[in-house]
Formats: sequence, C-alpha cells, structure tokens
Amino acid sequence: MTDTLEIAGETLHSRLILGTAGYPTQRILVDAVEASGCEMVTVSIRRISLTGHGSDTVSLLAGKRFLPNTAGCETARDAILTAELAREALGTNWIKLEVIGDRETLYPDVSELLSATEQLVEMGFVVLPYCNDDPVICQRLADIGAAAVMPMGSLIGSGMGVANPANLELICRRSQVPVIVDAGIGTASDAVIALELGAAAVLLNTAVARANDPVAMAHAMRHAVEAGHHAHRAGRIPRRQRAEPSSPQLGLVGS
Amino acid sequence: MKLIVNGEPRKCGARTLFELWQEETGEDSGRPRRGYAIALNGALVPHGAWHETELSDNDQVEIVRAMQGG
Repeated sequence: MTDTLEIAGETLHSRLILGTAGYPTQRILVDAVEASGCEMVTVSIRRISLTGHGSDTVSLLAGKRFLPNTAGCETARDAILTAELAREALGTNWIKLEVIGDRETLYPDVSELLSATEQLVEMGFVVLPYCNDDPVICQRLADIGAAAVMPMGSLIGSGMGVANPANLELICRRSQVPVIVDAGIGTASDAVIALELGAAAVLLNTAVARANDPVAMAHAMRHAVEAGHHAHRAGRIPRRQRAEPSSPQLGLVGS
Repeated sequence: MKLIVNGEPRKCGARTLFELWQEETGEDSGRPRRGYAIALNGALVPHGAWHETELSDNDQVEIVRAMQGG
C-alpha cells in the first residue's frame, strides 16, 4: 500500500489500531499485535492494585505507539483527568476519548463527549473521540477540533459489524478528518466493509482477543483492512437488479 | 500519615509522593517509571514533581498505570 493514514500531521502505515485487553495470555497478545501489523495499540489507565502488582503492558509492547483511552469514564471531568494522567504516564498527547452515557449499551454521552473534546483540544491534546454513527455529531466533533472521529460500527464488544452502512458511508464521504470505525467489528469481513465504505481505519479488540486463534485473526485483520482500503480506492461497480452477461454476446457458437 | 490511596484509607510512612509510589508499587528505581501517573487531591502531579511533593494527612491520592485496554 503506497498511501498512508495521516492523523494530526502524523503518518501511520497500518489502518488497524488494536486493543490490548482480554487476550488468553500475554504471549498471545504480543504475537497477535505482531501478526496484525498495527503500529498503534490502545491501553487503559487504571488505579494500580494495592494488593498485587499488575502486568507491565508498556514494557511488553515497547516499540509500539500507545493510544491511551478514557474507557469507563462517565463525565467530561473524569475523562479529562484520565487524559492528563495518560499523557503523563505515556508521554503522548493522543487520547481515545470515551465518555459513556449508559453502562448497558456503552453508548457515548454526546453532550459530555462534546464538552470533553472541546476542553481537551484547548489543553493541547490530539483527541480521537468514540462516538455515535451520527453524521451531525461527527461533524460537530470535527468542527471543535477532533483529530479524527471514531463512530461505532455497532455496540462495543458485540461483533455485529457495521450496523448502519448507509450512515457510515455518508459520514466518511463528508468528513474532513479521518473516520476510524471503533467498536462492533466481529470478523475480517466487517473490517473490509468499514474500509470499503470509506473509513480510514478500524479500531478493534474483542474480535481478535476472543477469537479461537487470536494470532490468526490478527493476521486476517491485517489483510482485511488492506483489501477494504484498496477496494474503496478502486471504486465498486453499481448494484443492479438484473443480470448482465460479462462475456461478449456476439459470435456465439451455433448462432 | 493517614491518606486515601485509590479510594482506600491507608497508613503510610511515606513523606513524599515519590516515596508513596515506591511503597505502593514495589518499584525500586530512583525515578518515576513510564506507565505510571499520580493525581493528588484531584490534580495531576507531573513525574518531575513527585520527589518534592510532600504529603499531608487526609490527602487523596490516585496512583494509576497504563494497562491492557481496548
């Protein structure tokens, strides 16, 4: 692939951003990240356990670019403090902004999300907000300075793929910032569809981490994003209601 | 010193944020390590200020770390 993904003036050579949670073992996590070809991985920011010392994800994936998230935050205030902690912990001003409005569906709280985006942009962060697949919200987020928008394909962890392809296509066509489909990707074809519809990248975790063979699925995803992106650039044929023969109609034997 | 660390009441011998971080994490490096961050009473304290930031009774401290996440 010759063309690359650019976010906030920085070039990424992979159109896959991989989450690091829920892998069967640390070894499988490391191997899956490698097999995926991704350059950037997401991490969460959590209180340390006061009874035992957790695993050192940062050393484990040293060499990869970290995209910390604000997963689980329910207010702009908590998300902003989490982003500041992440910036200090990892030395990056990039943040995957998640502000959840409902614990059951994990839908974003749009008003808190807009408020947090605006404040974080002012504080010098490169903000990548997880948002609804709503063209108006995506536009608003870009208007107030989001470096990319990350509409959901479908519910987080659901594996339901791109639930509303028409919306996603519209969002991608109109967006002035890269569109990264975040959440809902279940298997390689879902990632292909997201890219075919014009997404610049996909961010996924569960589809790889919980696959029977996470390393093999990571490999599949690597090719899926490339296939989808190439197909988008190539331009698909229009759909037709009727058959149209592909072989010449003249010179048939026996005619 | 009585502190609230990550939401739990603790009695600590540490006098500075850096000492508290060492106590709670078991880290023995002489300086803050990548992957960790601390907020004191709701405000971020940069790595560079951990040594000089003294603790007071009833301070609320959040010690966080980058972990696996999606």
